[in-house]
Order: sequence, then C-alpha cells, then structure tokens
Amino acid sequence: MWPWLQQLGSPRWFYELTGRWLPWLVASMAVLLTVGIVMALLFVPADYQQGNTIRIMYVHVPLASISLAFFPLMAVAGIVTLVWRMKLADMVAKTAAPLGAWFTALALASGSIWGSDIWGAWWVWDGRLTSMLLQLFLLIGVISLRSALEDSDGAARACAVLSIVGCINVFVIKYSVDWWNTLHQPASPINMSSEGPNGPEIWVPLLIMLLAVALFMVVSLILSTRNEILQRERRSQWVRNLLQQT
Amino acid sequence: MFELQFASISEFLQMGEYTFNVWSVYVLFAVFIFINLYYPLLRRKKILKEQKRRQLLQEQAPTREATIDQSKSELASSYGENL
Repeated sequence: MWPWLQQLGSPRWFYELTGRWLPWLVASMAVLLTVGIVMALLFVPADYQQGNTIRIMYVHVPLASISLAFFPLMAVAGIVTLVWRMKLADMVAKTAAPLGAWFTALALASGSIWGSDIWGAWWVWDGRLTSMLLQLFLLIGVISLRSALEDSDGAARACAVLSIVGCINVFVIKYSVDWWNTLHQPASPINMSSEGPNGPEIWVPLLIMLLAVALFMVVSLILSTRNEILQRERRSQWVRNLLQQT
Repeated sequence: MFELQFASISEFLQMGEYTFNVWSVYVLFAVFIFINLYYPLLRRKKILKEQKRRQLLQEQAPTREATIDQSKSELASSYGENL
C-alpha cells in the first residue's frame, strides 16, 4: 500500500501530529463556541411564532446534524480495520461510539424540550424522531458489543459490521422529513439579504455553531483516541520515552 | 444587522415565557461540553500515572527478585533443619 497511507495508520505518528494540532483546534473551537452562543442568546431576533425558543435551534440543529457523522465515520474506520487491519482505525471506531451516543441523546433531549411547549408534546413517533432514537439504540448496541466481546480482535470486526449496517439508518434520518409528513419540519430555505425572513442574522450564528460543534467533535475524538493509543501501545519504546519526559 | 434583543439582564434571563426551555437546553449543552473535555483529560492522567507506577515496579524488579530468592533459600534451609 502507498507508504503515506501506511504512515497514516501508525499510532505514534497520529499521536505526535495531533499533539501539534490540538492547541489550535481547541483555541478555534473555544472562540467559535463563545461567539456562536453569544450571538444565539443575545443577537438572534425572537421568532414571531416560537418566541425565544428559536434560540434552541442553535444547539439542537448542530448536535443533530453532526450526530449523523458518527456512523459513517465508524463504518469507514471499520472497513479500514477489516481490510487493512490498521489498529489506529479500530481505536478511532472505539472512541467514536460513546461520543456519538452523547450527541444523539442530547439532540433528542434538546428537541424534546423545544417541542414540549411549541408542539405541545415531549415525544411523538415521527419519522425523524423515531430514526434518531434508533440511532441512539444502535450506538449503545455498538458500545455493548465491544465490551461484551472484551475489546478483542473479534470485537473490532463485529463492531465494524454493525457500524456499516447502522449507516442505512442515517439515510432514513436524513430523508425522513421528505418521505413522511408527520411532525418534524423539513429543511428551511435561507435568505441571503437582510430583507424578509431567514436572513443572515438567522443563519450566520447557525453556521458558526455548526463549525464550533464540528470542531468540538474532532477535539473530543482526538483526546479520546490519544488516550486509547497510550493505553494500547504502553509497552512500546516511544510511549516509555514519553513517560520519562513527563 | 445584529442588534441586542434584550433591554435588561432580567429580560435576558427570563427569555419571554420560555425560561425553562431555553436555559435547560443551554445548561445541558454546557454540561455535555464540559464532561466530554474533562473526562478524557482525567483518563489521560490516570493512564500516565498507572504507567509510571508500572515502570517503577519493573525497574525495582531485579532487587525485588533477589530479595525473594534470598527469603526462599532461608526458608528452605530452616525447613531442612527442622526435619
């Protein structure tokens, strides 16, 4: 396989590279989160129907959208593990599942709190809500499967297969609002000018929060994967040297 | 384009009639961010501490083994004397 791709699979290379990137990623994440939250809470105008609950959108939408990235990520990592047997890919797959469960659970909770007053219901068996709940159960399933098989090579393979299967649900989540007309609204058009509804004062903070939450996902994944590397590679010389330096 | 939407801090905290809805979501979000940044850092400290402890034990291993061997031979000879 191409040499650069093999280097990509080296846990030590990943550890050293992310060590250099991490301060920048954390700084930009912190700035974007602060700016996004301040804008969402203070500068976004209240909706004419939903009042101030529209501010929930700036937490709920980024969390829900980015929660959809976890199964494809785990599936790709799973395929790399199955085909090329790269340990690093399995480490990423392992750490992605719990974080994905957090994202999905919080998307469900924030949506539920939003809908409690606006829809008049904490839960409905709507297409999107149901498929998101299914995604949460699938992620918990992946976590349980790994721990039941005691984190062995067999666990890596089984979780890879379940992650690939779970990607089907991502399509259902994404297109549910187009396929079924139950309760959750479909995507809204945006306006480039400030005249009329859905202007930049609405979507600019949303874009910032989307970027901020995406960065948060990357940072959290990197932190957890680095721990996994330290744990699994603890007998190697480079980790021992690292410890002597700390 | 971007104007401050609240006239006072109490208005801001009240969020119209949706005080619970808005603030519970933002508090949950803050807790989620904090936990998912803090827990990996805590786990890292634990792993490094555990590794240092293991490494220290391994470095002491030759002297520890010698002590164990000595105690074993002393025990064996005292047992032999009692026979």
